[in-house]
Amino acid sequence: MEPRIIRPPGRLDFPPVRELWDSWEVLYQFGRRDVLLRYRQTAIGVLWVVIQPLVAAGVFAIVFGQVAQLPTGGTPYLLFSLSGLLIWNVFSGILTRSSGSLVANQGLVSKVYFPRALIPLSTLLAVLLDFAVGSVLFVVLLFAYQVNPGWAILTLPLWLVAGVALGSGLGLAASAITVKYRDVSYALPWIIQILLYATPIAYSLEAVPKDLLWLFNLNPLTWLLEGWRWATLGQPAPPPWMMLGTAVVSILVLAGGSLVFQKMERGFADVI
Amino acid sequence: MQIDQDRGESMRDPALALQHVSKSYRIARNRGGTNRATDAVIGRLRHPLRRTEYEDFDALNDVSFAIEPGQAVGIVGRNGAGKSTLLKLITRITAPSTGQIDLRGRVGSLLEVGTGFHPELTGRENIFLNGALLGMKRSEIRRRFDEIVEFSGAQQFLDTPVKRYSSGMYVRLAFSVAAHLETEILAIDEVLAVGDAEFQAKSLALMRDVAQQGRTVLYVSHQAQTVTTLCTAALYLDCGRLAFYGSVEGALSQYRDSFEAFRERQLDPATRAGTGELRFESATMGDTTIEPADDKVVEFTIGANPGLHGQYFVSCHLNDANGVMIAQCDSRLVGAWFDPGAPARGALSIKDLWLKPGRYSVDLFLCKFGVLDAWEGAAAFQVLPTLPYPQIADGEAARKGIVLADFSYERW
Repeated sequence: MEPRIIRPPGRLDFPPVRELWDSWEVLYQFGRRDVLLRYRQTAIGVLWVVIQPLVAAGVFAIVFGQVAQLPTGGTPYLLFSLSGLLIWNVFSGILTRSSGSLVANQGLVSKVYFPRALIPLSTLLAVLLDFAVGSVLFVVLLFAYQVNPGWAILTLPLWLVAGVALGSGLGLAASAITVKYRDVSYALPWIIQILLYATPIAYSLEAVPKDLLWLFNLNPLTWLLEGWRWATLGQPAPPPWMMLGTAVVSILVLAGGSLVFQKMERGFADVI
Repeated sequence: MQIDQDRGESMRDPALALQHVSKSYRIARNRGGTNRATDAVIGRLRHPLRRTEYEDFDALNDVSFAIEPGQAVGIVGRNGAGKSTLLKLITRITAPSTGQIDLRGRVGSLLEVGTGFHPELTGRENIFLNGALLGMKRSEIRRRFDEIVEFSGAQQFLDTPVKRYSSGMYVRLAFSVAAHLETEILAIDEVLAVGDAEFQAKSLALMRDVAQQGRTVLYVSHQAQTVTTLCTAALYLDCGRLAFYGSVEGALSQYRDSFEAFRERQLDPATRAGTGELRFESATMGDTTIEPADDKVVEFTIGANPGLHGQYFVSCHLNDANGVMIAQCDSRLVGAWFDPGAPARGALSIKDLWLKPGRYSVDLFLCKFGVLDAWEGAAAFQVLPTLPYPQIADGEAARKGIVLADFSYERW
């Protein structure tokens, strides 16, 4: 048998993709645990998954659609904001849940070995399950409002992957940094709150004043949202640079997050 | 380092080999550890040129050894000798600072029973979660599921959340999962000390089977007896260095000798822990050989430090030969305080404590807000093998228990 050789951490180690793949069982068990636990000892259980996005979308529809009367490019407001919230919740859900995950599981980190990246990554399962339930609701509403997204819906998986990659990349980095500096857990909810309003989720880019548009265009999440609404609501396609930009930024963020995580991983047990 | 001749040679492919492995922790000296990013940034802005000074603490220092497959190796040493650090390195929980570790096979660990158990999940769910964490595939867990459940004795409660388990049952289930791992190397840290006597015996037998199946076992313990029954070889660690690797008896005798050596070292105040603002100067037993029911008297003298303000107090711990603390006598409890302005002399008398025959040691502490002086093994005494009871019975009658009690029976 070939021995496994353990050496001191180097300057820049690459993520152990092979090992991560071999331990998918742990990922599954963690994800399962999260899903099982979330609604245990609750009265209405899984209904929360439906109620949360629906109420949020409803509030957005009333505030931005009825009170502020912002344009949506002809889409019913409820549908418009629910679509935006679906992908936003994937991104912010993964980021929030994973950022605190290592500290929440510090007993494990300091007592057992397994590839640590599985802890933040396992939050994916619960978030994607929420997404799946939300999507069913969304599809029902698409039929109810008789909106047809057209062939662009075929690009939906790509936008979803981009949202997952952005959330996981930032989440991996955030979780690793939280181990050393707990400030992240205070700053992150605040940053996510700001991003929620700084990104065209509940409003469309049409409503943005022309002289501020450049500011919104700097935000990669804007590109993602534009693409997402093209895929889910049949709104006009985003310019090609946004599509390309989303792909490039997603890959860079995921790679960067993994490297930050990898760099700090082997010291976790010593500082957590 | 000493190595038994027959063990140093003729090595098959080792299951585990360490080459010059060290692990040092960096302890920041000029600040109280930064846990906030803002502090780190502000500190950097204020003192852009100052580098944080670190003190290196070597938990393990240049350790090399190799273990053949199928060996059960005990790891003994005093507290802080690096035993747990060594297991943490082998199980990959933490990374070595220098050196190289070669592992042939998967490493399973039992470092703390119940790690990875989630209180809200049921016993069944926890078995799968914990098994996966410890490196088992689902098929493997399913295959051994019945065995695990049977060993733990938790059949009726499989679908109850473990938060409702009694602590004993919790520990038994957790131990069963880990013990049924099919890893080539198994690292255990004193977990056999859990559960009732029957379960302990069962666990010990299981561990022995594990080694006989050709798997390699590493076992950290304070209990000489378990190491003797379970292990085929032993390592003795002293202050992060490997001082002996060979027969179990050899390692244990070095371990026992180390208590004496440690006591001698502690005579020099400079080697002792504590801030050192004030130190004990001497400590003697009123009588070094006593009968079980005799009063225990510890006399001590303490130096002076006029620069120190406020009164201080003294605490004394009484330990038996296995290092178990029998009594803690804190002078605050009886209103005895001392003044650092002048040298102090004093004595502690312990009455109405019946000790079992054997050797005992005394630790002395001098404290104010923190510990000024910690003198472990300041004095020692022997309790003679007589029993303070009116009748003579066979040895069985007073064998168990840690202390003797002054008791009586009445018939109604």
